[in-house]
Amino acid sequence: MSEHILSVHDLDVGEGQIPREDWFEASSTLHNLRKNKKFPTIWCAGCGLGVIMGSLIRAIESLGLKNDQVALVAGIGCTARMPVYMDYNTMHTTHGRALAFATGLKIARSDMKVIAIMGDGDALAIGGNHFIHAARRNIGITALVVNNSTYGMTGGQYSPTTPEGMRATTAPYGNVEPPFPVCDLAAAAGATFVARSTAYHPLELDKHLSEAISNEGFSLVEAVSYCHTTYGRINKLGSAADMMRMLKDNSISKSAYEKLGEDERETNTKIVRGVLYRKKRPEYTKTYDSLVERKHEEEVKLRNTGRR
Amino acid sequence: MTIQLMQGNEAIAMGAIAAGCRFYAGYPITPSTEVAEVMSRVLPKVGGKFIQMEDEIASMAAIIGGRVGGLKSMTATSGPGFSLMQENIGYAAMAEIPCVVVNVQRLGPSTGQPTAASQGDVMQARWGTHGDHQIIVLCPISVAQSFDLTVKAFNLSEKYRTPVILLTDEIIGHMREPIELPDFDIVEKFERLVTDTPDNYKAYRNDRGDVPALAGFGLGYRYHITGLFHDEVGFPTQRLDEIDPWLERVSRKIETADDILLYQTDYEAGARTAILSYGASARTARHATKQMRAKGEKVSLFTTQTLWPFPEKAVEELADSVDKIVVPEMNLGQLALEVERVVGRKKVVRVNRANGDMITPNMVLEAAEA
Amino acid sequence: MEKRTEIRLAGEGGQGMILAGIILAEAAAIYDGKQATQTQSYGPEARGGASRSEVVISDVEIDHPEVLSADVVVALSQEAYQKFAKTVHSGGLLIVDEDHVAVRADFAGVKVPIARIAQEATGKPITANTVALGVLVGMTGMVSKEALEKAVIARAPKGTEEMNRKALAAGFAAAGGRKAAA
Repeated sequence: MSEHILSVHDLDVGEGQIPREDWFEASSTLHNLRKNKKFPTIWCAGCGLGVIMGSLIRAIESLGLKNDQVALVAGIGCTARMPVYMDYNTMHTTHGRALAFATGLKIARSDMKVIAIMGDGDALAIGGNHFIHAARRNIGITALVVNNSTYGMTGGQYSPTTPEGMRATTAPYGNVEPPFPVCDLAAAAGATFVARSTAYHPLELDKHLSEAISNEGFSLVEAVSYCHTTYGRINKLGSAADMMRMLKDNSISKSAYEKLGEDERETNTKIVRGVLYRKKRPEYTKTYDSLVERKHEEEVKLRNTGRR
Repeated sequence: MTIQLMQGNEAIAMGAIAAGCRFYAGYPITPSTEVAEVMSRVLPKVGGKFIQMEDEIASMAAIIGGRVGGLKSMTATSGPGFSLMQENIGYAAMAEIPCVVVNVQRLGPSTGQPTAASQGDVMQARWGTHGDHQIIVLCPISVAQSFDLTVKAFNLSEKYRTPVILLTDEIIGHMREPIELPDFDIVEKFERLVTDTPDNYKAYRNDRGDVPALAGFGLGYRYHITGLFHDEVGFPTQRLDEIDPWLERVSRKIETADDILLYQTDYEAGARTAILSYGASARTARHATKQMRAKGEKVSLFTTQTLWPFPEKAVEELADSVDKIVVPEMNLGQLALEVERVVGRKKVVRVNRANGDMITPNMVLEAAEA
Repeated sequence: MEKRTEIRLAGEGGQGMILAGIILAEAAAIYDGKQATQTQSYGPEARGGASRSEVVISDVEIDHPEVLSADVVVALSQEAYQKFAKTVHSGGLLIVDEDHVAVRADFAGVKVPIARIAQEATGKPITANTVALGVLVGMTGMVSKEALEKAVIARAPKGTEEMNRKALAAGFAAAGGRKAAA
């Protein structure tokens, strides 16, 4: 497996990539990993999750947040194992329910930055209902959805984001279901910040994540990744490095996409990277907390005037 | 203090407020909805928070999240919703997060009869989630007790860091009775303080008593919570030398505590028959007992508020004094299974009704006198 | 044994019979210092159909909280009469609204034009439940008139207190000489 890592490093430095001379500094942010946790991670060598975890840490650092102020809430799956390695308030919950746990936590501690970390199956299949309702409420949670188009931890079954025609252990003749467009779904449901990039473009992810976390309302960052161990093997897509390269070749920045002609846009099959949607809308806990303040004050007044 | 006429469900909400509950998440379902309605009205007035979630799975998850954020939390539901909550009740047991889950039982299975009463979730309350675990289940027999046991449920959940189920039923939940609410400020509230510094805090330590304190998120104790088997600091583990002490501790904390076991005995010297019941059926049992005594027949009465852990020793003692135990319950025989398990060769007579109607005193009388 | 009185109040959904049950229980428990339980049937009946409210009143702690054998049944509608008239025990009291209930030949209860009295006393048919309480308590004395009036007024929406007082008085008057032991 180690040749996978080496070949990742051999990739060209492209748009959104950390320049070679900054690698040391980028990795130094990893002092936010837990000192008392055993490493390595459970992830396969070559997995994109490590890159995305680095981005998340850098995004939190860039905002100058104290580690105590940040809570990471995850569901179940490879992606959901991310929080355990990081030195914040961390919670590994049940499959699909990260956003529901996070909602309770955010309501109790609206001053904290709550980040829900989920895979595509976690967030959009079993957790789909919680996903749209968290977006609808515009509650101040950042949803980081790592989309690798498959259920990696259970061995490569098709997920709600597996493209049509692709194979999975439960779609041996090719997937017949259309996938969810994750970002469109979040925007339609009411998210107020929606961005997408890939594991090949950590600098973009850094930026998107820090903007997502600073957004007062519900934010979605879709981090497109891959699973070379299951999905890649079943579909003969090559090594981790090959799949990393595909993220580069098969994606296009939003600005480049917007320069395309109408026909080209219509036929575009590449992943569009960038901030896709932004909106101003009242955040749930702010609205509810002001209601509580109002009612509480009225009650105290009533009590003081002896009418209660 | 004044007497008010109040529904059992309203008394539960008042008990929660009195116990210090400051977060409620739930999903509307008959016959539990009044709990949510009262909480949505009262919580903001005391600085608390209410949310109606998208389903019961989310409600259960949210109250766990709320408690991790430092607020005492509750949800309320009925059969179908209780089924959906099982997943995260297991999580709360595994991660040792205090919370109170109210189940106002209705007729089932499935949608059943939403407005009809039942006691059909006794075994589900004990074994509803997968895997082995201990759980505390309390069951009120009146409106006043709905208040008292809700307070108790919060205190036990905090003391033993465990989910507590308040298993009431449609009769007690919707019935109106007079109740005299105490001053909430003097209601006893259990709070467990974290005495460790962040450096030596272990959320799941096994070496200092059976219940380590739970630190709220955001207070400097940056630790990990998981539904996986975990070590003392909360990290996932597969090591038997870390799993075994944990298992032993979380079983012991509930099994050996006797302040969890709440029941009343009303024994009559020389009685060869006893009636054992709980919830709405216990009202019928008490009615039948008085009728028998008025006729000069001797009968003992055992009413239990704690269903789980089952008050084994007390029921064994009861069995020693009589030949026959009558167990009326609005189901097809659930707690009777437990009675049968502990009483040896003594005769257990089941009185069951699972069509939504209450058991009548006559049904109990006939069984007791037969 | 305890002295236990069981009452079943039935009418069409929306006639306020559930509320009447609550008020009766409050009169007993809050203002007369007795024990009381109030239960009711829920479900589709809450909107039309026969709706019923049950009250048990006693001097001592109430065990079985539901009506076992009614001492009094009040039926304001035909459906309520057909469903619940037979639940009153042989020595009990059955009160029907004579304008809305066609009784059987063997009817042994009391006929009172409850809705008509409400219309005449207050101009509002919706006060029929208060009139019914007046008739019921006027005839049986199961709670004191003072307690009932306090309970009615405590539950009356602001501005309707006087109207409810009138309805109650009309109910008491209609009970008139008709006394029954319940």
